[in-house]
Amino acid sequence: MGTLLLAAIALAGAPAASVAYILAAELVLGRLPVRSRRALRPWVWLAPALVFVAVFLVYPTLDTVVLSVRDATGAAWIGLANYVYAFESREALIALRNTVVWLVLFTGVVVAGGLGIAALAERVRYDAAVRGIVFLPMALSFTAAGVIWKFVYEFRPAGAPQIGLMNAALGALLPGFEPRAWLVGAPWNTLCLIAVGVWTWVGFATVVFAAALKAVPAEIVEAARVDGAGEWRVFLNITLPLLGPTTGAVATAMVITALKVFDVVYVMTSGNFDTDVLATRMYHALFVDQQLGRAAALAVILLAATVPVMAVNLRRLRQ
Amino acid sequence: MATRRRTAVVCVVATAMLLAAGAGGSSAAGKLGGTVSVLGTWGGSELDSFNAMVKPFEDRTGAHVEFQGTRDLSAVLQTRVQGGNPPDVAGLPNPGALPALVRSHALKPLGRVLDMTRLAREYPATWRDIGRVGGEPYAIVVKTALKGLVWYDPKTLAAEHVALPQTWADMLAITDRLAGRGTSAWCLGLGSGATSGWPATDWIDMLLLRAAGPAAHDAWVQHKITWDAAPVRQAWEQFGRIAANPKYVYGGPQAVLATDFGEAPFPMFAKPPRCLFHLQATFIEDIIQKQFSWIRPGADLAFVPMPRIAPPYAGVAQIAGDVFGMFHDTPQARALMRYLVSAEAQAIWVKRGGALSPNKSVPFDAYPDVLSRRAAELLVRAPAARFGAGDMMPPEMTAAFYKGTLDYVAHPDQLRAILAHLEAVARDAYK
Amino acid sequence: MRILRRAPVHLVLWLICAVWLAPVVGLFVSSLRPASDVAASGWWTVFRHPAFTPANYRDVLTAQGLGAGFFNSMVIAAPATAIPLLIAAYAAYAFAWMAFPGRGALFALMVMLLVVPLQTTLVPVLRLFTAAGLTGTFPALWLAHTGYGLPLAVFLLRNFIGGLPPDVLDSAAIDGAGAAQTFFRVVLPLSLPAVASLAIFQFLWVWNDLLVALSYLGGRPSVAPLTVTIAGLVSSLGSGWHLLTAAAFVSMVLPLAVFFTLQRYFVRGLVAGAVKD
Repeated sequence: MGTLLLAAIALAGAPAASVAYILAAELVLGRLPVRSRRALRPWVWLAPALVFVAVFLVYPTLDTVVLSVRDATGAAWIGLANYVYAFESREALIALRNTVVWLVLFTGVVVAGGLGIAALAERVRYDAAVRGIVFLPMALSFTAAGVIWKFVYEFRPAGAPQIGLMNAALGALLPGFEPRAWLVGAPWNTLCLIAVGVWTWVGFATVVFAAALKAVPAEIVEAARVDGAGEWRVFLNITLPLLGPTTGAVATAMVITALKVFDVVYVMTSGNFDTDVLATRMYHALFVDQQLGRAAALAVILLAATVPVMAVNLRRLRQ
Repeated sequence: MATRRRTAVVCVVATAMLLAAGAGGSSAAGKLGGTVSVLGTWGGSELDSFNAMVKPFEDRTGAHVEFQGTRDLSAVLQTRVQGGNPPDVAGLPNPGALPALVRSHALKPLGRVLDMTRLAREYPATWRDIGRVGGEPYAIVVKTALKGLVWYDPKTLAAEHVALPQTWADMLAITDRLAGRGTSAWCLGLGSGATSGWPATDWIDMLLLRAAGPAAHDAWVQHKITWDAAPVRQAWEQFGRIAANPKYVYGGPQAVLATDFGEAPFPMFAKPPRCLFHLQATFIEDIIQKQFSWIRPGADLAFVPMPRIAPPYAGVAQIAGDVFGMFHDTPQARALMRYLVSAEAQAIWVKRGGALSPNKSVPFDAYPDVLSRRAAELLVRAPAARFGAGDMMPPEMTAAFYKGTLDYVAHPDQLRAILAHLEAVARDAYK
Repeated sequence: MRILRRAPVHLVLWLICAVWLAPVVGLFVSSLRPASDVAASGWWTVFRHPAFTPANYRDVLTAQGLGAGFFNSMVIAAPATAIPLLIAAYAAYAFAWMAFPGRGALFALMVMLLVVPLQTTLVPVLRLFTAAGLTGTFPALWLAHTGYGLPLAVFLLRNFIGGLPPDVLDSAAIDGAGAAQTFFRVVLPLSLPAVASLAIFQFLWVWNDLLVALSYLGGRPSVAPLTVTIAGLVSSLGSGWHLLTAAAFVSMVLPLAVFFTLQRYFVRGLVAGAVKD
């Protein structure tokens, strides 16, 4: 009961408090001379957001960078030892390697898949249904997706009835197929995990590309067709270049998603069997090994990987 | 005037009495009242048993036991201790975490809390020592399990004309003979979510304990010998001889890695049976019985302790258990601790099955079936007993140990590299 | 002729739809089967030998703590969705309609924070919460999710509010309305579609989150949301698929319902963010 009350207070009270804040602040601003009012007003309106962002994003990021050069409890300075661990220890290297694989494969397949499905769906009347179906996994948590696909990949030794869809389907289609424990054998297991990620996110790419395709001016495409260009030619030379900015936006979003992947790996393999990625390794270092410095160093590496993404985004925003 | 003063005095005294009654946390009729929070790993039927165990305590003292269960106990406990709000009492499965908790003054010493003379009478010495840090008692074993038991279906053994081996060498010979006939002798499954691999560590632990003895085991756990020292390496190799051999284990290494520990013994009872033997602790009996309601302990399911390897160490027991410690020195926590170590409390869980008690005063006939009774006897009569290494090492080392066994089953030719890696982790973990 | 040429397109699309739906169908079907069946045969065999039971759902909602998990997820998600909305709107309004030095750079910084991985903030925020005694409490999550959700919220709302016709705001100013009045009487009502879009995003993200809850709640079962409970079930039940599938479905019901009914807004918000600029 107490929890419910607390939640209700938060639900109603927080917005109410913020309204009160603005009204009170505007009252105070009204008392000030026009000059100061103009200068201060933006900051008054920005203040709540800036405070939250500073406390939960800016300060922690800076603090993590500082922690990454300190020891397991954050007390003493130990130079770059944590980074040495990150680039030399077996588990961290595996995590790094897998993260790169995720970055390349996940992003590539989602972008290509999303574009492909959007382009194909555009040609049929039930395109909205296709998009809806492909988009459905986006509503699920990665945790639920992990359970769903863990079931699909389930393994039983040869001779026992298979209950996992993957082994059963392949057993029916390919003669002499021996059931595999998909989540156990590297490198297939990482690929299987990436497949789950793709299943979840292709819908996002499809929806965005579909909207962008609708925005391609019909006259240009028609003109090219009239000139005798085949479907492929039209797609490659006309449509694709026009989709450049959209492709960039989707790819950016997918790169960030790939870097942050945690739930899928955590739920399906707990990072075992060489499937660790940076995020799960960081969680392990923090909560199991209780090594604050190492966890921070891994997080900083994640951050560093996003800097190129930030730079590209910045340039796009400026335009 | 006088009346008013008298009224005032009465009011003050009444208020003071109410405050005193409230502050003492006691309710009417002199009962203790209040609450005591407990943190443990149990869920499901184990939780029911725990609740049944503490019910008499609640009735007698009027104190309410607020239980919280989590599989990730280490992490949760650490976070709560560091966050300044530890539970009053916690039941840990790994005594290896105790030294750090004592160092940070999170755990309170129990010497003044428990009746030590009574404890000396009721607990065998080995059991009293578990939970001592620096000679002082900080935690006590309340519930325990016997590990390193070879489970089998007597009917299957009879059908295959296999006699129970007396030595480990005999066991290996039987395994090989069965492989020749195309039958897998063993069922093994290492899956357990984030802690996958622990059944393998039990294997290696038992092999080392029986081959090299308790002293070597202690040296290994405390990192006084390295991971690539002979006794350790040999234990790994003995494990690998069976686990990594596709002919010896049902489903081969793939199944070993992909099967959950709770499901691993089930092929023993398939029709036809797919394997004969399964090495596991006493708690597997409960799991098997829940899955196959037709199983009669003794007739359809039985166990022998792991056959002897080195004669001096025959009968040395590998154990697991929950050590209970106190984090807040409150009257309710003290009362609960005293209750938990009593034979009366432990007998309740024992009667429900799935637990063994270290307390000598718990009668053998409290055990619900012939198998658990036998296990209890073996426990009490063991010449020496050791907690599994995985529960005694620092958490970081244990995690690496678990992962190492997974790597070993997947790549049996990489033993040296795996042991070298574990040694590297040890240098960090044992600081 | 047309149909033949189109045939491969249809084939591919149908195949894709089948692959996308099969796992979810498998999950649902399995959750309704008796435990022994789930362990013994594939879910596709139900079409020949149907056998169903609601026992798994009953078990999962009561014994396995999913009822509590559902409640906790609601308690976490509702405030965590409501709190950022107004705060982001204020900031978006300032970025869109108030001129001040450094506006562009500050907005760019805000947006760049979208890219910062959660993991970089885990350790320091955890220490902050521990120092404040908030670890393992719901307010910790409400605050954290607000902070984490603000960059996207500000980005989306600023795009939208910036696109409002200037004359509407001018006429409000002429009528003598101050900044607060203009905001509450004109801007906010006009921005409702974007705010709705944002609310859905944030709700789904918080509801489906695992890492933040796991880290700041410390896995305490009494306050664990659905994602944490299910992750725990996977770990402890391993292959109790009859229960796991039911549990996963329980966790999916609400987001799927939200998604289906409000798909329009969700998609609009997505597209606005990615295609517009």
